[in-house]
Amino acid sequence: MATEVETHAYDVIVIGAGGAGLRAAIAAHDAGAKTAVICKSLLGKAHTVMAEGGIAAAMGNLWPEDNWKVHFRDTMRGGKLLNHWRMAELHAKEAPERVWELEQWGALFDRTPEGLISQRDFGGHRYARLAHVGDRTGLEMIRTLQQRAVALGIDVFMECTVTALLKDGDRMAGAFGYWRETGRFVCFESPAVVLATGGIGKSWKVTSNSWEYTGDGHALAMKAGAGLVNMEFVQFHPTGMVWPPSVRGILVTESVRGDGGVLKNSDGERFMFNYIPEFFKAETADTIEEADRWYTDKKNNRRPPELLPRDEVARAINSEIKAGRGSPHGGVFLDIASRRSAEYIQKRLPSMYHQFKELAQVDITKDAMEIGPTCHYVMGGVEVDPDSGESKVTGLYAAGEVAGGMHGANRLGGNSLGDLLVFGKRAGEYAARYAANLAGSGPVVHADDLEAAATEALAPFSTEGGENPYSVHQELQTVMQNLVGIIRNEEELNTAIKEIDSLRRRIDHLSVEGHRQYNPGWNLAIDLKNMLLVSEAVAKAALERKESRGGHTRDDYPMTDYSYWGKRNLICELAENGEVRTREQPLPEPPPELAELLEEH
Amino acid sequence: MTYDLKLRIWRGDAKGGALQDFTVPVDDGEVVLDAVHHVQALRAGDLSVRWNCKAGKCGSCSAEINGRPRLMCMSRLSDFPKDEPITITPMRTFPVIKDLVTDVSFNYVKAAEVLAFTPTAEQPKAPFRMAQVDVERSQEFRKCIECFLCQDVCHVVRDHEENKQAYAGPRFFLRYAELDMHPNDALDRKKLAQEERGLGLCNITKCCTEVCPEHIKITDNAIIPMKERVVDVKYDPIRFLRRKPKAKV
Amino acid sequence: MVAPVVPTPAPAPKPEIKANPRAAIAAKTLRNDRWWVSPAISFAVLSAFVIYATWAAFDNGNYYVKPYISPFYSPCLAHICGAAHHGNTGVPPHLSIFGAWWAISPAIIILIFPLGFRMTCYYYRRAYYRAFWMSPPACAVAEPHKSYSGETRFPLIMQNIHRYFFFAGLVFNVLLTYDAVVAFVEPRAASYGGGYVGLGSFVLLINAVLLWMYSASCHSCRHIVGGRLKHFSKHPIRFKMWGVVSKLNTRHMQLAWTSLIFVALTDVYVRLAASGALGHGRWI
Repeated sequence: MATEVETHAYDVIVIGAGGAGLRAAIAAHDAGAKTAVICKSLLGKAHTVMAEGGIAAAMGNLWPEDNWKVHFRDTMRGGKLLNHWRMAELHAKEAPERVWELEQWGALFDRTPEGLISQRDFGGHRYARLAHVGDRTGLEMIRTLQQRAVALGIDVFMECTVTALLKDGDRMAGAFGYWRETGRFVCFESPAVVLATGGIGKSWKVTSNSWEYTGDGHALAMKAGAGLVNMEFVQFHPTGMVWPPSVRGILVTESVRGDGGVLKNSDGERFMFNYIPEFFKAETADTIEEADRWYTDKKNNRRPPELLPRDEVARAINSEIKAGRGSPHGGVFLDIASRRSAEYIQKRLPSMYHQFKELAQVDITKDAMEIGPTCHYVMGGVEVDPDSGESKVTGLYAAGEVAGGMHGANRLGGNSLGDLLVFGKRAGEYAARYAANLAGSGPVVHADDLEAAATEALAPFSTEGGENPYSVHQELQTVMQNLVGIIRNEEELNTAIKEIDSLRRRIDHLSVEGHRQYNPGWNLAIDLKNMLLVSEAVAKAALERKESRGGHTRDDYPMTDYSYWGKRNLICELAENGEVRTREQPLPEPPPELAELLEEH
Repeated sequence: MTYDLKLRIWRGDAKGGALQDFTVPVDDGEVVLDAVHHVQALRAGDLSVRWNCKAGKCGSCSAEINGRPRLMCMSRLSDFPKDEPITITPMRTFPVIKDLVTDVSFNYVKAAEVLAFTPTAEQPKAPFRMAQVDVERSQEFRKCIECFLCQDVCHVVRDHEENKQAYAGPRFFLRYAELDMHPNDALDRKKLAQEERGLGLCNITKCCTEVCPEHIKITDNAIIPMKERVVDVKYDPIRFLRRKPKAKV
Repeated sequence: MVAPVVPTPAPAPKPEIKANPRAAIAAKTLRNDRWWVSPAISFAVLSAFVIYATWAAFDNGNYYVKPYISPFYSPCLAHICGAAHHGNTGVPPHLSIFGAWWAISPAIIILIFPLGFRMTCYYYRRAYYRAFWMSPPACAVAEPHKSYSGETRFPLIMQNIHRYFFFAGLVFNVLLTYDAVVAFVEPRAASYGGGYVGLGSFVLLINAVLLWMYSASCHSCRHIVGGRLKHFSKHPIRFKMWGVVSKLNTRHMQLAWTSLIFVALTDVYVRLAASGALGHGRWI
């Protein structure tokens, strides 16, 4: 007997309703496309709400010296020059417009005395550049975009998970998924699909990411034939909570340091002065006095080393802990209490104050926080055309964290929210344009693809006495945490690849209890496949890149290799046998007028 | 320190359900949501619960713990006696989907009814000039994480299903207040709030403020100021008389 | 292998208010804390005040002992205040606006205003809706009523005139402040030991101060001084005033209770002093 599957036809579907997804949907709608957004959670719960610090945009409201060229330079240098120059350029140029657009739609950023959008300091940014609302900028952004999308009447499929992309020949034709509420299948016929699914952090044990971050978009893209770029670069945010255990990994915003907080070890030493790398020596203060003067006089002083890019700070903290100078619960101290007034802290960092008070019973206006690195962001993602966001597969677009290239080997804080807006808008616009130009020659969904997708999704129900998805997930997290963490080496990576392979065999025999209706066990069983595929890509790319750079540190290759690896990206693709295969690809070279900006000065 | 915690969790769906007892090992520093996750991993893999960030920022894990609407991720186990069971039930005001998950679409209907921000003729195009003191009131309301606990606890709809059509609820009064106090918004939503969104149904018993995990002073800073603003345009004869001649000019 | 799949067009999902069943939980509340304590205290204190105030208002005596006048009886608008009355020591100052025809207690004429101010007060509304009307008795505790129309219909729609009672309350604050000043400057009856300043002077003063603070912390007051403005930045002085009132406003509940209890205690004091129960000491 035939099964009917609820089917919807759109010009553009956007998978994911975070900053990039919503911005893409708004852009596609504005370009005249019939658009839908599909998201795993309720609308407005996406991971963007976790972003705290701000949106980097060279508006020059506080420092007229700031402009897109400086922002471009900061982004490229922060990314250890492995960024796609064109993405960094577009981002630096277009971010201010995108921020003003949010204001146009009702966002209320903190203001300067002149009534303009206030901007704050962040690691790796030469000038105070981050438009912000206290320390809840991501919430402001998602709320604004959500309210805009609702006002425009864009269709939203909430709590709906996409499990497969559908193709017609080598073009996109749509997507297949299920409603979490009922477990019933749903099919989307759409020539253009925008992936905006975010990151992959749920494969690590200590992570600031939520359950949604299972690398769905990364895996779907690979399965559809697209390539992933820079997957070896995973950002460990230097400051995550470490105590109590249940909150381990929850983010402590970089604004704490931007607003004057400093890192100390158990001897009370500001240890970051011992970890200033050659690459940043010229622009980093080497005395406490100069560092402290910088907060009020940026022209004549260099930035404090606490505000080095995140990879540098995370590695430094890691070294201090390993050297036995850590805090009681295995972190280091982040101290703003002794440096700023209680009133200032509560005003500038309200949600941090709240978070420590309620979850750790620590008053950050009186005591130092205990923090340590936490898995935060993946620089790698779908390889896309910088201008349009289109992947190698016709009709498949990607924007936001799921897209790769923009951030190179390491992302600067504040560049993520800008990335979502700039490339979300571009992907939505180009997707709509592509769909509009098809005129009658659109792709068709094939019934046997639907059947295959349905069979695959239901597999865990037909296995009896198989493994519990929760325990497989925990094992994967342990493997990734211990073997593919901040510091890596060949032996551990090889072990990790073997472990991941054996876990992959085991997930063919998962079994779940209960029915399809809102069943987290089943949902996890489906997400696990994506996590494993993406973890494999990370581990294999990490094994391949024999140098240390940004979010990829090898203790067997501790140096940065400018002549060979500095000119290459690694691309991960899915091979015929279902395994991930990597290949090297030359890094696109910036034109001379942009290359000039990257020189030290 | 690890100990065994007794939990009584409501399990069921629209057809019915009951409290079910579980005992799971938990740790001192954990929160109620951790305990629920232990139940999922060890006792009932299909126990439905909605959650995302586990840091009090997304507002997904709303439920009622010992009868009080709260976020599960922000309820520390150390705040409860170790030897007494903790009862967890879904939000009562909304239709149940399964176990602890409810259908909160009521709130999305009310969200769609809000007339969006509309810039004034003086400053039609961003970047706007707005003073910090002028945006601060609305900024407080924009801290809302949409956990819908205020909507859940509000007796106007909690105890009177029939009011759901006519009542936007505290979360959206917050929104009307936010827009009314926005320094660059051109629309007047006061009469709309009173006549069509049920502001008058609120009897300011302040439960919304009591349960707000973001500690937004919903009643004092949003609803009462909105009620006063409504009085300005609807119930104040003196202001009414003063305004009329102006309108003619 | 599942059965062959047939794509079937479906309408886009639109959020709607569904009347689907809620979780089947029979208990009216699952709260296991002592949620009833707070409404019970409100009930007890408000009831005690109402009973006492009613009795005191109808008592029509023992409300004046030179130079102290009970706040329940000030200002004395009726002609009968002029007649030396039972229990009063001395003749209270009176305005005689209401002629000799007004035979019952003069307190009735004026009490309506301060009572109206408190009845329509945003804080007291919360307290009595919870404690008396049980709508709701406490958060997440089911209320007993079948239907509910809030403040949308008569009589509760009248709550919207709170700001007029606020202004009337200000007039009374001025008068009671005047009474307090009089209590400091007017010579006391010789039979009371003479002199100028007694405990009663301070009682009346504190009473007046508490009433001012209660009024200043009122939500309508907050709205009027600045809350209604869209741009604080264009009205720096009103913004400052709004800031002060907002601070007081966070204490509105505490001020509502202390000023209520103190006004009753002031009446008790004057009553006891007038009746001679406190003796004739200089400092009472």
